[in-house]
Amino acid sequence: MYSVATEETLRVMGGHADLVTGVQLNPHNHMQLYSSSLDGSIKLWDFMDGIPIKTFTVGSKLLALYALASSEDSVFVVIPKSGERDTFQLVSVKLTKAAGQDLEAKELSVVLDGVDTSPKRIAFGREGEYVASVKEVNLQVFFFKRKQLNRFSVSAIKTKSGNNHFTCIACHPTEDCIATGHADGKIRLWRNFYHKKDYTFSTLHWHHDTVMDLAFSMEGTSLLSGGVESVLVLWHNESDCQKDFLPRLGSAIEYISMSSDGALCCTLHTDNRITIINSNLRFSKSIQGLIKSKTGLVVDPRTKALVLNGEPGHLQFYCLQSDQQLFSLDIVQRQYIHQAGLNQADLVKVAFSAQGKWLATVEEREEVTDPELQLKLWFYDEETQSFKLNTRINMPHEDHITDMCFREMDELEDDSLILVTAGRDCVFKVWVMVEDTDPEGSVSWSCDFVGSYHNYQATNCCFSEDGSLLAVSFEETVTVWDSVTWDLKCTFCHPPGKIRNICFGRLTCSKYLIGATDYGFLCCWNLLSCASKISLNMCNPVQPLLAVIQRALTAVQEVFVFKPNEPRPIYIQRNLCKEKIQLAAFVPRDEPETIGSEKYHWLRRSQLFFLTDTQELMTLSTKSLEERLTPSSKQLAVEESLPVTPFSLLLGKHRRQQSHEDIDLGKLVHNKHKQESPAVKELLHTPAHVLPSASFLCPIFINSLLISKENKSAEEVADEVEMESEKTEDDSDEERGVTEMEQEDTSAMELLGEMTCKLSKSQEKELRKIRKMDYSWISAF
Amino acid sequence: VYNFAANYFQEKVIPGHETRSVEALCWAAGDRLFGAGLSGDITEYDLALLCVARSVDGCGGPIWSMAANSSGTQLAIGCEDGSVKLFQVVPGGIQFERNLDRRKGRILCLSWHPSDTHIAAGSIDFLRVFDVCSGNSQPERIMVNYHVLKVRRECIVWSIAFLSSGTVITSDSFGRVQFWDWQRGTLMESHTVSTSAVLSLAVSEKEDSIIVGTSTGATYQFQLLPVKMGSLEKRWVRTKPFQHHTHDVRAVAHSSTALISGGLDAQLVIRPLMEKMQKKGYDAALRKFTFPHRRLVSCARKARLLLFQFSQHLELWRLGSTDETGKDGEVLPLCRMPEHLVQLKSKGPEHIYCSCVSPCGSWVAYSTASRFHLYRVQYEGDGISIKKVPKVPKLLLPAYQLQFSSDSGSLFVASARGSVHVLQLLEPGGCKHLHTFRPPSGSPEAVYLLASSADGHWLAAVGGDWAIHIYDLKCFKHHCTVPTYSCAVTALAIHPVTNNLVIAYSDQQLFEFSIPEKQYTAWSRMVQNCGLHRVWLERDSPITHITFNPKNPSHILLHDIYMFCVLDKSLPLPDNSALLMNQSTLKQLPETARQRQLHAFKICKKFQPLLFADLLDENCLVMVERPIMDIKTQLPLPIQQKKFGT
Repeated sequence: MYSVATEETLRVMGGHADLVTGVQLNPHNHMQLYSSSLDGSIKLWDFMDGIPIKTFTVGSKLLALYALASSEDSVFVVIPKSGERDTFQLVSVKLTKAAGQDLEAKELSVVLDGVDTSPKRIAFGREGEYVASVKEVNLQVFFFKRKQLNRFSVSAIKTKSGNNHFTCIACHPTEDCIATGHADGKIRLWRNFYHKKDYTFSTLHWHHDTVMDLAFSMEGTSLLSGGVESVLVLWHNESDCQKDFLPRLGSAIEYISMSSDGALCCTLHTDNRITIINSNLRFSKSIQGLIKSKTGLVVDPRTKALVLNGEPGHLQFYCLQSDQQLFSLDIVQRQYIHQAGLNQADLVKVAFSAQGKWLATVEEREEVTDPELQLKLWFYDEETQSFKLNTRINMPHEDHITDMCFREMDELEDDSLILVTAGRDCVFKVWVMVEDTDPEGSVSWSCDFVGSYHNYQATNCCFSEDGSLLAVSFEETVTVWDSVTWDLKCTFCHPPGKIRNICFGRLTCSKYLIGATDYGFLCCWNLLSCASKISLNMCNPVQPLLAVIQRALTAVQEVFVFKPNEPRPIYIQRNLCKEKIQLAAFVPRDEPETIGSEKYHWLRRSQLFFLTDTQELMTLSTKSLEERLTPSSKQLAVEESLPVTPFSLLLGKHRRQQSHEDIDLGKLVHNKHKQESPAVKELLHTPAHVLPSASFLCPIFINSLLISKENKSAEEVADEVEMESEKTEDDSDEERGVTEMEQEDTSAMELLGEMTCKLSKSQEKELRKIRKMDYSWISAF
Repeated sequence: VYNFAANYFQEKVIPGHETRSVEALCWAAGDRLFGAGLSGDITEYDLALLCVARSVDGCGGPIWSMAANSSGTQLAIGCEDGSVKLFQVVPGGIQFERNLDRRKGRILCLSWHPSDTHIAAGSIDFLRVFDVCSGNSQPERIMVNYHVLKVRRECIVWSIAFLSSGTVITSDSFGRVQFWDWQRGTLMESHTVSTSAVLSLAVSEKEDSIIVGTSTGATYQFQLLPVKMGSLEKRWVRTKPFQHHTHDVRAVAHSSTALISGGLDAQLVIRPLMEKMQKKGYDAALRKFTFPHRRLVSCARKARLLLFQFSQHLELWRLGSTDETGKDGEVLPLCRMPEHLVQLKSKGPEHIYCSCVSPCGSWVAYSTASRFHLYRVQYEGDGISIKKVPKVPKLLLPAYQLQFSSDSGSLFVASARGSVHVLQLLEPGGCKHLHTFRPPSGSPEAVYLLASSADGHWLAAVGGDWAIHIYDLKCFKHHCTVPTYSCAVTALAIHPVTNNLVIAYSDQQLFEFSIPEKQYTAWSRMVQNCGLHRVWLERDSPITHITFNPKNPSHILLHDIYMFCVLDKSLPLPDNSALLMNQSTLKQLPETARQRQLHAFKICKKFQPLLFADLLDENCLVMVERPIMDIKTQLPLPIQQKKFGT
């Protein structure tokens, strides 16, 4: 459930065991809705509170759901006809009024036979008088009162652009008029269809491709249609000559829906987006989901957002925490023509430099004989807070670019930044920044070195953590190059199979180079001894850990997590999902998560995300679904409405002090506090019965309260924990004292002193109470 | 004048007149046809004599519109000066009755209320509704461009219709079809159907359907449909669009079963309404008429000349020839190019009725409404001299059909009241009236088709009453009458060997009548018993010419606009299950199978549109095609329309 006003996800209701196929507001109670699913059940929800009220079990698969105001106690569903394959029928289901949550709904009566599975191809007419269904070239209309079934058909025409099959249907809300959309882009308006012979229709034609959906306005005076052209067309008075357009909606329109008051309409697009449109055909808001990706999963180091293909020619920055799009960056900067079967330029590769200052993109136009390639380098402009195009390189390689990476050296200056691209034209190229001759001293990129190895196609490239070595894989061989002199240092080979992916280990494992081959081998080479160790696919930028995705023989996906120096995986997840996993990435967390079991300890600093064949993004999490799905707004609301307790007052003071310190003492405490405080918040806000055992909570809690110094050992922390909260303050005072000596600034201390004095009597009393409280659970740790 | 009962045969043609453009036509007082045009005259046509019967000056400048009331007793005309005049239709003519209240602005369209009490008139920017009794309009005028006043563009009401419910329907130059309540002067509904003008409008007799024609060549149907099932509230809904024309649709008509439209692209389109059709058949198919249903080309076989008849001139061509031979499908190189010999311009504004060239090529005759011309053509080496024959006998004008005898010795002139004149041609350029044949029982209608036998013994003549009379030329007497058949004759010819008369009717039936025996031949009776092939009977256009192969007496050569057919009487007739057009499949069959598949109709559709086909000698056939593009290039440019994807 989304908010139309704020685009925010308000609530996620879950409970169906399979795909949800229909959602309908309860016509007799506008606070309730019905949902149907392939699992064979209809659920009635109170959507304001997200509570399932009733579950009706029908039994067979439900493919579409319709609820009518005129039918008091039944809904209509599309189910497969028993005994016949690929035949479906529309049945009415009587929803029993019996008490209880889980009910059986077995009272079915067939309304129409031979209907289509798509919910767009059945519509109920004015006041539920009739139901119309389309399939291929046939239209059938069933009148409930007269029990009369009329069939009409259009003569099948096949042209090179397609046929004239029916694709969707909509019924006029007040008149006897049916609008049907066709695959050739025509819209037909049927009238007089209660006569078998005297029926008539008029045709509206604007779409050049399939009409995907139709919707009448609430009064029926206008008709909305949409299709592949990404243009919403508003037809006035069923006239061919009076129409309005809302163009440039980004991608093909799949569904159109009108709000019941007629003030808004929304369109659902193929790129996982809902667009909300005003009644005067003005774009209002859009709710964007994840878009199909070709570029792989890349994490923007600056925003920690997942970066992948957005709408055509755009990059989508997707915030994983809030599950919404941050922004969209136009890369191709060309008009996209919404027409099926056109080859248009699109993004294929994306790479960020370590701090996200530079962005490299590769776009290509799919031509069989000669691909049109462009490499673009973007510079992050602090002022505009956006990427600016710096260099555009036409045809950087003769053939497709297979991989691309920046030299990731955190400490080094800008001029050491190097981009390496590997191409199918058997070379890898090294691109460096050069200063332009113009007085402004701007920089641009140019090719510095071209390397090749025995005329094999270069497939992957990777820099070691310190940037001194570059590994490039050429089909079956991995070559290691010196990044200063560009000498070939050594080669590794692990037959059989071509190298699919290579990467260097991080931190303590930086001496290892890991490669994965076609046949599921994962090789790990020790760069010091040049000996091979074990076998992989993904690298984690934060931890010295690597995850491997391998396809087992049974098409069941498994995930292994290795440490490069240990041959045994530290984590195995089997039966992850039905689909094939295509891409995976580690995304660093904003704050380390509290992980209970040792088994999941590798998830503390970063999260592993997978993208499957069906473009589903998955992650491994230790939290339960409901917990994760609790929307931030709700949490926010809870926080705001929380009664002020002495402890929170104290905490608030504590925080305020810290913020003062931050301001006054410069960068003394760094960003640790900011990171830690949410952990406390979480601890305080989570209901007691769902909290993990205290032994796990303790270190985090302690850490959050302390201003830790890098050199402070764990023992010291533990000791200090036993002090009382006032003591903790003292402790921080001490620390400040140290700083004081360095910075010779006393004002902050005075300030703090004043603040402490200002504690009221009652507050002191409360504090004393807290002091008397039992903190023995801390000592247990 | 098209006859719907006779498969839409173009039965009567009244040739045009350069200075008399026809803007409006209407039937009144039974079967009297009136026309009015920009010349300012109201013309009554004589449908028997196919000419102007009488003409009355409207006294209001050019006439843009004319309408007859439902009983056909009164005619209303709309004139350039803004006046609406009423004429009384009386026997033997029309009589001016009165003027209705005049306002400035030409009256472009008129429509009577079915009760004959009111007339709606459309003008530029407004429409008026007159009370016939008082002659006033109340309200004064209804402005039609109220919504688009900001655009300083005049809105022309091109067409108007008055329904019995009191609704006035207008179509205007802004592409709108509007429905008005004339008593309140308010707009009830407005439908924009086109970006260009809506020029014409017609209402069905039941007043539940209208057809409009636009200047882009599209026609649209509107239907009065109930809004809800069973409710009395009805609404006009635009339903079916049709695009059969390329240019302005200037006129539309709504019959009970079909929509008929005619346009500037010289096409008449009859689109049947499928829901009104009871069964599939000739009426249930779309019909398009582009060419006249009669022969406009004549051929001098011996001299190898062709004479083409245009509306105001004739062209005489000598055919090219080749002395090479080749296989089927090959184009042979010409050793002598076709030669344009002479162009004969008709004097005066009248259009040509008919023309003919003699088989020897030395005589050319044509006729207009008021004149008959006979020319003597002489060939001197490469040069040509043409001389008008003086002192042509004063005949009953006009001539409706001309035919030379096969020996070029006499000319047969089809004339009014069923009569045929025989002129004897005299060397070196003279003529003498020999005889006039008249049908024994008399006939009011003119003769429109003639056929003479090769031996010069017989002459067959068909009149407007479809009776075929056969005259004996040797003793100048009436020989016999072919049994009447209830359909129009489209072509007839006498076989050179057997003297059988072959007749093609507009319902696509074929008859063979033996003149010496005065009865249908056995083959003809067999054809009637077996019936012709269904595909043959459902063909679009009538047979316009019949000829024979003297070397193979069983062959009859026929053609219409779309096909050429050799009818072999010696072969069996095809039944409905067989393929009628089987020439291409026969070619692929082996010899034995081919023999089994052969049937009487050998049809060739290679030449389209085919205006004329004739056998010059035993191995030489002349075909005259008139490409549609030739006609299109003479038309004004169609309205520019953006076509998607171009």
